[in-house]
Amino acid sequence: MFSGTPIPSRFTIGCNYLTWITFLPLVGAFLILFLRKDRYALIRWTAFVTSLVVFLISIPLFTHFKLGTPEMQFEEKVPWIQSWGVSYHLGVDGISLLLVLLTTFLSAIATLSSFSAIKERVKEYYIFMLFLETGMIGVFASLDLFLFYIFWEAMLIPMYFLIGVWGGPRKIYAAVKFFLYTMTGSVLMLVAILVLFFSHYQATGEYTFDLLKLYSLSIAPAWQLWLFLAFGVAFAIKVPMFPFHTWLPDAHVEAPTAGSVILAGVLLKMGTYGFVRFCLPLFPQASQAFMPFISILAIIGIIYGALMSLVQKDIKKLVAYSSVSHLGFVMLGLFAFTIQGLEGGLLQMINHGISTGALFLIVGMIYERRHTRQIDDFGGLSKVLPVFATFFMITTLSSIGLPGTNGFVGEFLILLGTLRSAHPHAVTYAALAATGVILGAVYMLWMYQRVMFGPLDKPENKVLKDLNFREVIILLAMTAIIFWIGIYPRPFLSRLEASSYNVLKQVQRPAQETIINVGEDPSSQGEAK
Amino acid sequence: MILPVVSMRLIAPASIAFATGLFILLVDLALPKGRKGLLALLAVLGLILAAWTSTALWGRNELAFRNMVVADNLTSGASLLLCLTAFLVILLSRHYIQREGIDLGEYYALLMFSTCGLTLFVSGKDLIILFLGLEVFSIALYILCGFNRRQLRSAEAALKYFLLGSFASAFLLYGIALIYGTTGSTNLDKIAQVVILNRWGNLTVLMVGVGFVLVGLGFKAAAVPFHFWTPDVYEGAPTPVTAFMAGGVKTAAFVAVLRVFSGAFGDLYQDWAGILSVVAILTMVVGNVIAVAQTSLKRLLAYSSIAHAGYLLVAVVANSTLGIASISFYLLSYVLMTVGAFGILILIGRAGEGHLELKDIAGLSRSRPGLAAAMSVFLLSLAGIPPTAGFVAKWYVFTAALKEGFLSLTLIGVLTSVIGVFYYLRVIVYMYMREPVKTVAEAPAWSSWTAALAVTIAVAGVLLIGLFPGSLLDIAQVLATGVR
Repeated sequence: MFSGTPIPSRFTIGCNYLTWITFLPLVGAFLILFLRKDRYALIRWTAFVTSLVVFLISIPLFTHFKLGTPEMQFEEKVPWIQSWGVSYHLGVDGISLLLVLLTTFLSAIATLSSFSAIKERVKEYYIFMLFLETGMIGVFASLDLFLFYIFWEAMLIPMYFLIGVWGGPRKIYAAVKFFLYTMTGSVLMLVAILVLFFSHYQATGEYTFDLLKLYSLSIAPAWQLWLFLAFGVAFAIKVPMFPFHTWLPDAHVEAPTAGSVILAGVLLKMGTYGFVRFCLPLFPQASQAFMPFISILAIIGIIYGALMSLVQKDIKKLVAYSSVSHLGFVMLGLFAFTIQGLEGGLLQMINHGISTGALFLIVGMIYERRHTRQIDDFGGLSKVLPVFATFFMITTLSSIGLPGTNGFVGEFLILLGTLRSAHPHAVTYAALAATGVILGAVYMLWMYQRVMFGPLDKPENKVLKDLNFREVIILLAMTAIIFWIGIYPRPFLSRLEASSYNVLKQVQRPAQETIINVGEDPSSQGEAK
Repeated sequence: MILPVVSMRLIAPASIAFATGLFILLVDLALPKGRKGLLALLAVLGLILAAWTSTALWGRNELAFRNMVVADNLTSGASLLLCLTAFLVILLSRHYIQREGIDLGEYYALLMFSTCGLTLFVSGKDLIILFLGLEVFSIALYILCGFNRRQLRSAEAALKYFLLGSFASAFLLYGIALIYGTTGSTNLDKIAQVVILNRWGNLTVLMVGVGFVLVGLGFKAAAVPFHFWTPDVYEGAPTPVTAFMAGGVKTAAFVAVLRVFSGAFGDLYQDWAGILSVVAILTMVVGNVIAVAQTSLKRLLAYSSIAHAGYLLVAVVANSTLGIASISFYLLSYVLMTVGAFGILILIGRAGEGHLELKDIAGLSRSRPGLAAAMSVFLLSLAGIPPTAGFVAKWYVFTAALKEGFLSLTLIGVLTSVIGVFYYLRVIVYMYMREPVKTVAEAPAWSSWTAALAVTIAVAGVLLIGLFPGSLLDIAQVLATGVR
């Protein structure tokens, strides 16, 4: 019944580059499994070296990436479950390329940042970190829906443990909430994937989960709406878009520092990536139809997130809510359906990963010293922590989007793209979103002022030690990228360009009338019974 | 008078299981008290032989004993799976029955008799054989449930299972009688012919008969609303016996459901699809929702077993080759994960069937990290999260349902499985994220290498099937196309 045509194997030794990057962390995890659990230093360094090596070998992806073509590169394809038409199909285009690099970079940073923060159950912690890395890279690199779904779900398990075991006081609540929210979205996506699978079979007679083949499918607009919704809810929960965001503050605040960095830096991007990779190209008419709706939700997210940040007393929670606001920007850009908006949104995904990741690291560093995150407990820290204050300032400005930092390039492109959008209320959208930028400056600078400036009146704060060498290295790496993208974004934008045009072309293709009926199978009627 | 064709080959698995049971009883007489290890070995050897003869049935498609017994791929696959279940259960039982002080030879003999009944049951092509097989395995299981007779809960479980089981058997028998009355036959093939030709006496009476058969089989499969015995009996019975009921009886019951509903009454599909859909929805919802409130691990797994019957019923309702294939794949995955999970309960339990509350496993990941990790694998598989067998199985079942257009059933299935995720995760929360509670006067922890072996086999199976399901999916497809 499921005997699809055999998939030609293009798998040769030497070009399975993405497989190495994806599964090398697992090899590291496997090594750690055999280390004695009290050899803390050895475990830490094994984990860090593994993730560093993964990052280093992922750099050639960036340098050897062919510009000017939207095609998938570094492609690998081997049949996996032939009777279902499932293949092990990996590949990256400009969009996933940057996200894979973001993942490997942030994973190495997060591993390094955990050295002093994680003091118990060290062995399990790093095993889960490495598992998580494999899952995340897999999500961005898979080009087969079945494979994608497996990575998408499997990645939840290590994250769940990271929050639940090493998290803060309400860790169990946060971990379970995170898991259930994401799971609810995912199962709806599962059903939608199966519907796509059967409609491709009806259209072509071939059973396949291959994304590149499914792209050529034109689905009746009425079905597109439902399928878009099923995929969209899964991704909207992950982004998170207002009103699906309520898991985020809990998960971010309770997670250990490295967990927050990964959550904000990479996991949220899976939602926005999902929209670009699946919703826009697969369901163009539905995307057009939902565009005003999503733009409005994005704007609500921008303003709501900013206002919530404004009133937070806990720095980590403030940063968490600022993510809701920033991801609202990304969604607005993606759904402007202009090249500037799309490229800006995609670049802002990277920017947010770097800036907010750095903010969580900074919050983690101050928490390790003071064991509190309440803004009121600080004040005047710049006098005792000058190096820390400098990095904190740079990151704050990058989060606000000051020219010269990465945030400016992304936000500017998004606002420009929104203005040029074909939508009649585009100017209103852009104006409302711009207030989010202003609010962003208010809550970030106000927080910075209360924490770093003013009188140094608390005795506990007077004895704080400035950053050590490891922490300086971590933040130096982050700020380097902040300035690189801020001053010379060309290498990043040029890699995004061809893929962005391609997505735009797909989303603007005209509707074709095809009817799909799940359950009515023209070729195998009767044989099933 | 024409003598029926006697073809012992086709009932070889059942006969071998029966003969092994008798042989165990004989050898038991010669063994001193408390040294019954040899019997476990005998049982395992008997099972290996029975499994080997089961594989010989593959692809035969033969009928024997006046068309009362069938040897097709479904018989072969199900017998093999039942032998695997019994094998794992014997591994789990070996040291457990010593710990509980019930190391008696009859235990193994009854397990073998029960296996005999189950293998006969899955090869039944006649309602009489189905009834015969059902009674053989049920009566052995009634005794096994109460085998720990000094335990009040065990005795209660046995009595409850026996009383309710007798009711269910009576329903089944009455249903058979009604079907015989309207169609003039108890043979499933003949019934199918009568149904196709619309030559039944009275459709209402026939449907009442079908309904009664559903009650009988639904009882064994633990489908809602025939599930009320499940939590109590699963909790009270000795844990290996519970594992056997969860794995073996469920497998056999679904094979019978397929034979009766998709086979004999396939042409009345329009009439029973609605009823079965309702039962499937109820089973998924009730099983998953009530499981959320459980604090006893055995009861939690009991409700989980009910919920899984619901997913399987979805595939029955799909009523296609793909559905049958997905059911066989699901049953294999389910046996591995549920027997494995009960195996963990045996290993973390203490003498007297204690130490099986949720709070008792708090902090298990520190004290016994291997057990906690294995249990997590089983729970994630039961929850249907990749990369485990349970995920592929759920995917397969929902594919089958969706292919036949059952969108709402599929949606209810996936959404209830999210509820499932909640209570399976709660067990993981206790193992990994809570600190152990100090209890006084606890029996010491114990270990059993045979049980550990069974759990290892199950973990390996769950992960391997989850990662490389390809060849098994092909086998399931062949199995389903060979069902007559």
